[in-house]
Amino acid sequence: MSGLFQRLAPRSGPAVPFTIDGVPAEARAGDLLIGAILLHRRALRRFEFGPGERAGYCLMGACQDCWVTLADGRRLRACTTLVEPGMAVVTGGVGE
Amino acid sequence: MSEPVVAIVGAGPAGLRAAQVLAEAGLRPLLLDEGHRAGGQIYRRPPPGAERPEAELYGFEAGRARTLHDLADALAPRIAYRPGTMVWGIAERGPAGFDLDCLGPHGHDRLAVDRLVLATGAMDRTLPFPGWTLPGVFTLGAAQIALKAQGMAIGRRVALVGAGPLLPLVAHQYAQAGAEIVAVLDVTPLGAKLKAAPRLAASPATLAKGIWYTMAGALRGQPVRSGVRAVAVEGTARVEALAWEDSRGRRHRVPCDAVGASFGLRSEAQGADLAGCRFVFEPVTRQWQPARSPEGRASHPQVYLAGDGSGIGGADVAELQGERTALALLADLGRPRDAAREARLDRRLARQTGFRAALEAAYPYPHHLVDGIGDDEIVCRCEGITAGVLRRAATERDAREMNRLKALTRAGMGRCQGRVCGHAAAEILARTLTVPVEAVGRLRGQAPIKPIPLREPA
Amino acid sequence: MERLTVDVAIIGGGTAACAAAVALREAGLTVALLEKRLCGAGASGVNFGGVRQQGRDFSELPLSRRARVLWDGLNAKLGEDVGFEATGHIKLARSEADMAVLEAYARDAAEYGLDLQLLGPNALRAEMPWLGPAVVGASLSPTDGQANPRVVGPAFARLARRLGAEVREHAPVRHAAHDGAGFTVEAEGVSVRSRSLVNAAGAYGGAVAGWFGEAAPVAPLAPNMVVTEPLAPLVTRSIGVVGGDVYLRQTRRGNVVLGGGRGTADSADGLARPVAATSLGAMGKSLTLIPDLAHAQVIRSWSGLDGEMPDHIPVIGPSGTTPGLVHAFGFSGHGFQLGPVVGEILAELVTTGRSASPLQPFRIERFAAWRGPYRSEGEIEH
Repeated sequence: MSGLFQRLAPRSGPAVPFTIDGVPAEARAGDLLIGAILLHRRALRRFEFGPGERAGYCLMGACQDCWVTLADGRRLRACTTLVEPGMAVVTGGVGE
Repeated sequence: MSEPVVAIVGAGPAGLRAAQVLAEAGLRPLLLDEGHRAGGQIYRRPPPGAERPEAELYGFEAGRARTLHDLADALAPRIAYRPGTMVWGIAERGPAGFDLDCLGPHGHDRLAVDRLVLATGAMDRTLPFPGWTLPGVFTLGAAQIALKAQGMAIGRRVALVGAGPLLPLVAHQYAQAGAEIVAVLDVTPLGAKLKAAPRLAASPATLAKGIWYTMAGALRGQPVRSGVRAVAVEGTARVEALAWEDSRGRRHRVPCDAVGASFGLRSEAQGADLAGCRFVFEPVTRQWQPARSPEGRASHPQVYLAGDGSGIGGADVAELQGERTALALLADLGRPRDAAREARLDRRLARQTGFRAALEAAYPYPHHLVDGIGDDEIVCRCEGITAGVLRRAATERDAREMNRLKALTRAGMGRCQGRVCGHAAAEILARTLTVPVEAVGRLRGQAPIKPIPLREPA
Repeated sequence: MERLTVDVAIIGGGTAACAAAVALREAGLTVALLEKRLCGAGASGVNFGGVRQQGRDFSELPLSRRARVLWDGLNAKLGEDVGFEATGHIKLARSEADMAVLEAYARDAAEYGLDLQLLGPNALRAEMPWLGPAVVGASLSPTDGQANPRVVGPAFARLARRLGAEVREHAPVRHAAHDGAGFTVEAEGVSVRSRSLVNAAGAYGGAVAGWFGEAAPVAPLAPNMVVTEPLAPLVTRSIGVVGGDVYLRQTRRGNVVLGGGRGTADSADGLARPVAATSLGAMGKSLTLIPDLAHAQVIRSWSGLDGEMPDHIPVIGPSGTTPGLVHAFGFSGHGFQLGPVVGEILAELVTTGRSASPLQPFRIERFAAWRGPYRSEGEIEH
């Protein structure tokens, strides 16, 4: 999978394992969920009311475009949530 | 008499300076902030684990950023600081005070406060253009946050579009960090900037920074192209290229996979709305903002305003306003006044006001682009409401005002409550009705200010 | 100052008022309608959106049954999709005592021609497996449903305009009087002379009645509403409970609208606001009914100003003091479904002095001996 975001400043912190649609992925401590996902994918979710996918927009918790769902049902705003080990993100296969 | 309870909403430059003044006066203000670390957006601190050297993160502003972060750390024991806490509801509580409904790390909380300082900041202001809802199109602010808070670029090949001083700054920061910038496009004409230059010179430092960033970009082979029109993102499922027309009418196209685009800033003023503050239309930036006296008093006698949340002034102005409005609050509490300090701040704020007016003239909100928004273009990205639906609501369904437009079309009714589409929708409605944009009013704020979970977090 | 002379003046611009304007124009009368803000922006536009016969006071059922027929033809009449869907309305029992209430109601409702299906726990779980364990039984009204309240009133207002009614918005009425020859209505920017007058002023209906020497104790009522982000289809019916403390429905687009309890109403500035504690309370109660909503995010809350009568049924009918004046107000939080039919009834009363529907229970004279103010409280049943 090639992601949208590009990491420019390497991170020395511990790896954070999580999954996207069941596929194991790796983030770093200090990564926001939006960054963690978009390093691997080109979108976060499907748009509810038409064709197309969304990848977030403002990154400051204002536009509400980046809500994602976890396998346990939780809904998280990806730009204000830090990735945690074991998070199981469910996108329905967007942005691959 | 017990000490009055003062709450400050927002821990950016304005909120932190207000907290400092109140703490110095012996009050123990509540500082409520959505962020997990104080600093606001402009001096945003990366999460633990993602730290980087300040000079790399904040460039010219590294000194200011460090000062504010140090202030936040020093204040912590003298104030009631609640990070990660969203104020989602504000309701007047008789005879003079407010109930703040908060959602924090430990669930919901209702705080009774006597006075309120709102320092809620701003977000990017946007306009729809073809392809703007594709995944990979972000605001300029988002592009900057990705870099500052995460050390990431929004794409491999990035194009930047804007109408404000943020554009050359982000371009510079991206280039500095080693990202590939394929275009830097300013939709405002060069003429407006040249005309404003003499007045901008009133703040030589800022002007110098702007020139420096612009020059630095040019030297790297990415000049800021002014007066650009007909910006369009191409691609079906993702960003594939950016196309535009230059000031001489020639078409251009560059392949890219991400775009940062926004056109100035808009105040985050829902809190002032819920608190019952009167709003006024600010004609230069064409937006409604809570009325604020030069000292920072709102129309509501228990509310004080500072920073971009009540008028776009930037971080330096926000600091001054935070300090000034806290002094006004103390004066209203009958505390001894420091007239010399107040006068000094008032003079500095007055100088900044002149500079800001020039800056706004140099980078006007490109509302003229509204006519170029096609009927099929989505305006409300939450609900997927197109410009055509909005125009037809005006011509066929008697929508004359923003809240009626919202009721009939759902524009502004989604998760963001019109933060992103509100200004553009107002411009579209006004152009369709051929009335001034202030005549169509503004979307009313409604609780919750941002989404809250149906089930209270455990 | 604009001056109009018409057959009928209407005070108020809610659905009933606008529907009356339509019906009166269809009957060939000239009409002027005066609305203090925007048509359909008050109780008509901000209510729950329930199109419901079940659970109503039996005196309202004949009107409600007649209204239900109109809802089927509303899109065609208005030339616009008002989002009506007969999803059914289900009233839930959370105890055996609740179930007994539903059984008794269903028995009596049958006499009015309203067929309700009582569901025990097994049948209920089979149809709606997403209901929580707190629910022990239910009564289903298959012909009831829901619609989009924000568009119905404005659509009636536009139809009234197209049919030639003089609709004036932002025209609050200052005073109205009868001088023996006709009515004079003084509003902001416009003065209307008319032979007949319709008082459809909602929370202000009692004040208008007072100008004509009639008592009608109307208290402001502000239902408290919240809505979630769009969710995958889940809640197939419009849902109420015995006791009325919570009600919810899922819209076509996926948002779950839920209400319960009261906001604050200020009849001085005409504004109603939701109350955070009430919103949180309704959210918690909805979770006990539908645990699967646990992860939904609430994106907005609101309220609106309605008028409530002490006996929770409206005033509909001719004035007891002034010939030519007819009233329709005080719908007590459940007027949305009735709006279209009340418009027709008002037109009948104006043109013939009588109605095809039984209006005896709604006459204003029932409050003739009323003394003192009235404060509304308690739940608003849905």
